[in-house]
This record gives sequence, structure tokens and C-alpha cells, in this order.
Amino acid sequence: MAYAVEVNNVSMHFNMNKDKIDNLKEYCIKLFKRQLFFEDFTALQDISFKIEAGDTFGIIGLNGSGKSTLLKVISGILKPTTGSVKVNGTIAPLIELGAGFDPDLTARENIFLNGSVLGFSREFMREKFDEIIEFSELQDFVDVPIKNFSSGMVARIGFSVATIVKPDILICDEILAVGDYKFQEKCEQRIKDLMSGGTTVILVSHSIQQVERICNHILWLEHGKMKALGGKELIPQYQPDFEG
Amino acid sequence: MKAYFDAFKKYHYLLEDLVAKDFKLKYRRSVLGFLWSILNPLLMMLVITAVFSNMFKSDIEYFPVYYLCGYLIFNFVIEATNGALTSIVQSGYLIKKVYIPKYIFPLEKTSFALVNILFSLVAVFFVIFITGMPLKPTILLLPIPFAYTFVFSTGLGLILASLNTFFRDTGHLYSVWTTAWMYLTPLFYPMSAVSEEIQSFIHCNPLYYYVTYVRSLVMDGTVPDLNTNLICLAFSIAFFIIGLITFKKNQDRFILYI
Repeated sequence: MAYAVEVNNVSMHFNMNKDKIDNLKEYCIKLFKRQLFFEDFTALQDISFKIEAGDTFGIIGLNGSGKSTLLKVISGILKPTTGSVKVNGTIAPLIELGAGFDPDLTARENIFLNGSVLGFSREFMREKFDEIIEFSELQDFVDVPIKNFSSGMVARIGFSVATIVKPDILICDEILAVGDYKFQEKCEQRIKDLMSGGTTVILVSHSIQQVERICNHILWLEHGKMKALGGKELIPQYQPDFEG
Repeated sequence: MKAYFDAFKKYHYLLEDLVAKDFKLKYRRSVLGFLWSILNPLLMMLVITAVFSNMFKSDIEYFPVYYLCGYLIFNFVIEATNGALTSIVQSGYLIKKVYIPKYIFPLEKTSFALVNILFSLVAVFFVIFITGMPLKPTILLLPIPFAYTFVFSTGLGLILASLNTFFRDTGHLYSVWTTAWMYLTPLFYPMSAVSEEIQSFIHCNPLYYYVTYVRSLVMDGTVPDLNTNLICLAFSIAFFIIGLITFKKNQDRFILYI
């Protein structure tokens, strides 16, 4: 069986103290006081797991447990301090919808810009433009600057662009929490379509119902450590009063 | 190596789109739009020419062209490097959310400056026409000094972008340096106007060679000799390599500082 994602002993450390210094004066003072390299913060500690191709992998945990950091490590945005990540296939990162949208540009311009941010070619975007607009249901606002959009409208466009190709791996971070219930249903349907087409989905969500509904494997993170790895049987432990 | 080229091929649309975005945003809501890329150097030239033909006597022939050639190159370097300097910090919103090769951002700023200089070139032709200076065929070789300057600026831009991500002082310090740099480059004075000590100092300034290169193509109609070309090339390549190494070594840590 081929693995879509292999995470081997990944740890991610942040140097809390060092991160705040961004000017020379402070740097010298801290260097002088020997405070420079202290206060290590471990966001992820020794995480190892494998995701099989075609799986739907849910990551659950409280705020600050390292879920988003883990997603960023998988999508290559962050380099892990130790350990390694092996990814087989193309990734569509939905870490935040509409990353790279410029408020002053129109929806049309932003769709092309966002497409190139995700590495799509221009011809491809031209081909798919109508489909994107149709899915986002914003036909009437194509030439309006994004700054006049509501956050839900921005998210619609972001989702439509990011899922226009069939990626091998789709990474979703809490993105389905935006938009009205109808659009949420539409997004879920699109994700399910992708899944049935063989796409591996990695999902972070605080909506336990959603994880229960979509995922077949679950990783439970607590304070940056792996608390448990398994199937849906983890959910009652995670949220004892959940009646799914 | 091949992986790098493939990645660049994939992301060159992003480079183009970002340049187009910068261009649109720079002139959005201005009545004259991109005409400012031509008007700006023209008006600057008018001011400087007025100052130097009345307040200080300058005996340079075709002073407006002399000045404009220097201004073009100098302004290109400053615009490119200033843009690159803040490019990583300003693109933090993107770098934190999507994986993109990070060199795209400084490179985009230097490319944007290159597009601008091509527009400003129209101003040079305009002034040549007005002053009645004979047009030299060597002007067709202008892409050569532009290429040198572009590579040099990209290298310097990569260094500055890395530094500024860790120490935001870099920007403040650099703005002081650019003022000094302007006076250390013979933009509105001839080399013969300064003492020999200062001359030898100016000989360490890469911009001096690029500016002189452009002037000899545009004004003298001569192609600089091999020696000058080698010096120009050496400066460009040296800065480019240092920039690449600095940037590559530090780029994984950028995200922690933006």
C-alpha cells in the first residue's frame, strides 16, 4: 500500500524569546545578558504516523495542541526542527482560504493571482474560470474589489480556486466553518467528490460531528504530543458527552 | 538543479502576476497612470538641470542626457533593492499560509523595477530628441548594462531581504546609505570634478561602472572595452552569488520572524 504522507519523528521547536527580537539593539542586549537562546517552546514532539492514499485523516485536539503547526509542516510551509516528512503527490493547502488575496484587486484578478500562488498555469485558470465563478455563486461580483466582500464571500472564492484541480492530498484547516450552511454543505459535497476520486484528505476541525462524518482515521494531539491514533472509537474518549 | 528549474517554471506565472499586480496597484486611481513612469524621470531631470545650469555651473555637454542616464540606473537599483528589502516581511501573509519558493518575492520586486526602467527609457529618448543630441547606434546595446544592473540588484536585494527579516533596522540603515550612495555615484557631476582620493573611492562603487557604461553607449557612441565589461560582470556575479547563499541559508528561518 502506498502512503500519501509519512511523518517520521517530527518535532517542532520555537524559540520564544528569540522570536520577538527583530532589531539589532535588542539582539545585542539579549546577547550580552545571555538570554538569547532560552525559553524553548515545543509545538510538536516526536510525531510519527502514516496516511494511506485515499484515507480521510482527521486531526483533533484543543486549541494550541499543535494541529495547525502539524498541517504547516506537512504542507512544507514550516521545516521541522528534527524528523522528516515525506509527501507523495500534489498538495492543495486550504490552511486559510484566500491566502494571498489582495483587497484592492477585483475578484477576477484575485482568482488568477490565487491560482498562480497555488502553482496553476494561466491557461488552466482561464479554462476553469467560469467553473470557479459558478461554484462560488458570485457571478454578479466578478469585477468588484475584494475589500468590499464579506468574509464568507472571500472564503467561497478561496475554496472554489483551491479545489478546482483534483489534488492528491487536500489539507483543510477549519475552513468549513465559514459560509452559510448551504455553502458548507456544498463544500462538504465537493470534498466527498474528491475523496471518491481517490484524494487523500487531512482535516482539522473543531466540529466533532464533521470529523465523525468524514474521517476514517483520527489523530488526537495534546500539548504537541500524540495522545492517540486510531479510528472513530477515539471520539467518545475525546469528548465523552458526545452523542454521535 | 533540475528540481529548481521545474519549480521556477511552475511559479513563473506567480512572478508575472505579482509584477502585474504591483503595476496595477502603483497607478490605480492616478489620472495619468503608467505615464508617471515616464513623467517622473522627466520632471526630476528638469529640476536637477535647472539647479545645475543656474546655481552651479556645469560644463557637461548635454547635461540633461548625462544626468538622466545616471538617474535611470541609480533609480533602478534603489527601487529594486528597496522593494526587495521589505518583500519577505510584507509577503508574510502568504509565506505563512502557502508553500512558495521564497526567492520569488525579492525577484518580483527587482523585475518590477526592470519593467519601470523600460518605461523610463522613453524619457531618455524624449530628452535626446529635445536637446538635439545625435542618436548613436550603440544605444541598441543598452540591454547589456541593464542585465548587469539587474543581476547586481537581485543579489543585493536577496542579501537585504534576508537581513531585514531578522533585523528591521536594515531598512533604516539602508535609507541613509542610499543617500550617501547617490553622492558617491557621479550622477550630476563629472568624475573630473572630484579629488583623486575621492575618485579612487568611487572606483569601488559598482554603480559608477554601470552608469558610465550606459553613458558611453548613449552619449559617446562607444562600446566599453573588455576590461570594463569584466569589472561589471564581476560585481554582478559576486553580489548575486553572495545573495543566493545568504538567502538560501536563512530562508527556512524567515517564517519565525514574520
